[in-house]
Order: sequence, then structure tokens, then C-alpha cells
Amino acid sequence: MRRVGIIGASYTKFGERFDVNMQELAWEAFSDAIKEANIEKDTIDYFVLSNMGGWSSESLPAVIVSEGLGINPKGSVRVEAACASGSSAVKLAHDIVASGQANVVLALGIEKMRESPTKTVVEYIGRAGNFMWEFENFGLTFPGYYALYATAYMSKYSVKEEDLCEVAVKNHYYGSFNEKAQFRNKITVEKCMSSPYVAWPLKLYDCSPITDGAAAVLIASEDFIKEHKSETAWISGIGYATGTANLSKRDDFTGLEAAKRAALQAYARAGLDPEKPASQLDLAEVHDCFTIAEVMAYEDLGFAKKGEGIKLVKEKQTYKGGLIPVNLDGGLKAKGHPIGATGESMIAELYHQLLGKVKGERQTDIKKGRALAHNVGGTGHYAYVTVLSLEKGEVA
Amino acid sequence: MSDETEKLEEAAEESKKKLGSPIVTDQKTLSSLWFDQRELNVRYLVSVEKIKKFYEEISAGKVMATKCAKCGEIYFPPQSYCSKCGSDSMDWIELSGTGELLTYTVINVKPQSFSHYPDYVVGIARMPQGVNVLAWIDGDTGKLKVGMKVRLEVKKRDPEGYLTYWIKPE
Repeated sequence: MRRVGIIGASYTKFGERFDVNMQELAWEAFSDAIKEANIEKDTIDYFVLSNMGGWSSESLPAVIVSEGLGINPKGSVRVEAACASGSSAVKLAHDIVASGQANVVLALGIEKMRESPTKTVVEYIGRAGNFMWEFENFGLTFPGYYALYATAYMSKYSVKEEDLCEVAVKNHYYGSFNEKAQFRNKITVEKCMSSPYVAWPLKLYDCSPITDGAAAVLIASEDFIKEHKSETAWISGIGYATGTANLSKRDDFTGLEAAKRAALQAYARAGLDPEKPASQLDLAEVHDCFTIAEVMAYEDLGFAKKGEGIKLVKEKQTYKGGLIPVNLDGGLKAKGHPIGATGESMIAELYHQLLGKVKGERQTDIKKGRALAHNVGGTGHYAYVTVLSLEKGEVA
Repeated sequence: MSDETEKLEEAAEESKKKLGSPIVTDQKTLSSLWFDQRELNVRYLVSVEKIKKFYEEISAGKVMATKCAKCGEIYFPPQSYCSKCGSDSMDWIELSGTGELLTYTVINVKPQSFSHYPDYVVGIARMPQGVNVLAWIDGDTGKLKVGMKVRLEVKKRDPEGYLTYWIKPE
């Protein structure tokens, strides 16, 4: 296996992108990424597209995007790991480069969710679990699935709805400084509390929005990086796991088993101490599709003990200057959540943070040279944890 | 068709008369959008051949799971083979008795195909047989509590008029 690094990355303005079609949206992310990497597009050996689709018109998005980017006839594939599709694309791209089959691979995620009406999108995401036994008869929704976790967590650890709202307040705060975020408004706990219920006990401001967006990550081999003197963040460890399709087959509703497993794998591969991961990282991107998801992520990643994730929020330990800054781009909550592009956008954000290119209020101090992306698909159906490092380190 | 889609269709019809093409304008961004002229309705045919007994028993008011005759693993939803030991010799057992409510939620914002229902309550119950069941909760939802005692009940789901199972507080 060869060492693999990221040499360029970008994500588009997230939101309701009625101004562009799928090819045009992909082009925005791609052209910025190759500019940053300072490479010709002919250099790309293979293309991995992450997209969930259903709500959008194109059935073969990898081919549509490939043609639009002008990178055909290079090989391509579309991958799906629900909301973790983006990280799965980065993992596949990493593996192809690490194995020596390619020198440069593009992982690009895209989603045009607003091509369908809201209720249809709600339906498609609700079907992302076990269709026959959990959707067909009981009409679960994505907020509904996470609300089942929220109820169990709040009951066990005496957490209030106000406490969960603190997560939304933080992520909107950082989103307000991110020009690419879907929501740029700062909010208060009161504003969050007064928003209507989507799936009790989760309210509108506990939820990430329906989003159009694209994100690109260019992944290259050590030889290529040396030759091109690329600005690099190395992929030092990826962990992954799959949860049960039926939520009813799980024992516990206060954390995501798949995310815990993925984290431990990633720590082992990246050489991080699983007892104190937060102290070895400069920042993290975690999958805050709902406020409860960010709280559980702190615990699943080992940033907090079981039941104490909410304390990190209340004590502002995941703001800049705290134990570990989390979601300095606004997270899924404020930046937006274009399902198939979210993973690449997290990794793009970390790449720029590590290289000190974010600047302004969102840039955090880089002292340890390491950052982590926690990307969950569905309701703990898929989990990917990716550790990036400025140091080349051992082969992951 | 959702209200959102109906409005778009009206606008597209207007546009076809004026411009000749079904172009609608997004009110927020003022972008031009093509309103799809092809409508796709999807209904799947899902095989239940190997778990037919579940539907025979539910008509008698029973909710059934399967149990591996070789290793004893219990499956709900019922499964015709054992993922654990590989056996395809399965017995049917009834999920009965008093269970415990593990968690619940109220679905306020509904999917398109559930938009004809009032807000519904979904819960997960741990049954004494050792498996969990996810279903709608029937009863006084204001009194629900994690950990409360519940049982399963079979009744008709209207307006579709088919049999399914509910979680019922005791």
C-alpha cells in the first residue's frame, strides 16, 4: 500500500441551487479543486462520484458529471452510502491510489435535492432504512428515526430540548461566517425552541435542511505529490462500519454502534490514542444532521464519556478555544446537507483548515496537524471516520 | 400530487400558452426551471412468498417471528433463513406478552405517501421473546414514557383497510 494525500478540494455554495443544473453545479466544485491542486484535468486517472439521488432527474449521474467535466473516457463509478456517500467515495479513491492502480483520483459528491418537492424528498429519505418493515407501514422520516434516539437519550440522561438547541446555536454561529453556508443567520436557544416540531422532540432548528450542493476532493499518490510539490494533507486513517437496516434490531438508542466501531478503526490506523482522541486533534467535522446526532457523535468518537456529550455543548467546549472545535463550517445544520456531497465537503473543510487557508473567524489554530471527519449514513446505517494529517506518517 | 406540485403545474400550463415551453420561475431565486412533463408513479411488488405464514397468522390476530431450529436465533422481521448459522430450518413463534417501550416519537412532518394521516406516534418495544418491534403506538400518547409496559395488538389500518400491528400501552 502507498501513502495517499489530498492535493486540492472545494465545495460550492450550498442551498437552493435553482440557478444551475447538475453538470454546472459539479463544474463549480471541480474547477476550484483542480485550480487549487494546480493540475491539468487529464491527470485524473479515475473518477468516483457519490450521489444518493432518487429526488433528482439523472439516473446515471457519474456519466452525466464526467461528460460535463470533460474527464471521460476515464473510468468512473457512482457510490452510495446514504449521507456518508461522500466519505465512501474518498475511501474508494484512497484505496485505488494506495493500491497503485492510479496516481490521481477525483472524488466528487453532488446532490440536487430541490429538483423534487419537499414531501417527496422527505419520503425518499424516510425510505432510507428498511423499506418493507419500517417505512411501508409506519411512515418513518429521517428526523423521526433520529427522534427515536433523542427520546431515549433525553430520558436516560435527563437532557432538555433547550440543551439540544445549544448545538444548533453553535453551528449557526459558525455558519454565519461561512459564505458557502445555506444559512448565514445566528440563532438563539429561544428561536430554536419556538420553531415547530418536525418529529417530536426534534424541532425545525434541530434539523439540517434539504440542500443542493457539490464538493470535490483530489486524491494523489506520494510519488505524484513529491513530483508536483503539492500542498498536501495526508489521509492517515479511515475507519468504517455498517449498522443494522432495521432500527428495531438495535439494543441501544443513545449512541451509534457503527460510528463507535469506525472511530476505533480510524484511531488504530492513524496511530491515535483512543482514550484521548480530542487532545490529539486540532478540530473535527461531525455529522450533525440533527442536534442529537452531534451530541452522540462526541460520545461515539470518545470526545466525551457516555451521557456527558451534552456537557461539552453546555460548556462551549466545541467552540474555538475549547477542548476540540467542531463544525467550524456551520456543520450540516447551517452549512447544509446535500446528502452525497456532505462527506467531501467535510474533508474539503478540514484540508483547508489544516493548511490555514480558511482564514477569518472560522480558522482555528493548527498545532497538532491532525483533524477528523465523522460522516454517518442514514441513522447509523453506514459510518465513516477519516483522519487527516499534515505529517506523512506510516502507511494507513 | 402535493400542493407544491399542483401550483407548479398551473404555472407550467400558463407558460406553455405564453412561451410555448413549461418554464416556471422559482419565487425565491427567480431562476428559470423546466417543469418535467413526464410523471413517474412507482409501486413495488415485494416477495413475501417465504414468510407467507406471517400474513396467515396476522389475520388470526397474531404477530409472528421466526426462530432458527438449529441455533435458536430469533428474527423479527421474520426471516426464512438464519443469517447467523446459515440454517434454513426455521420455526414460527408468536410475539406475545408484556413488553417494554424503549423509545418513541411523533411524526409531525410526513412523507408524501403518509400525508393523509393525522400526526402519528412511532415507538420501539422490546418484547419478552428478546426482539424489538417498531410500530405505531395506539392509545393515550400524552401518557407515554420510556420504560412503560406495552403489548402488541393487531388491527386494521384505515383508510387502506389492511391488517397490521400496533404497540398498545397496558
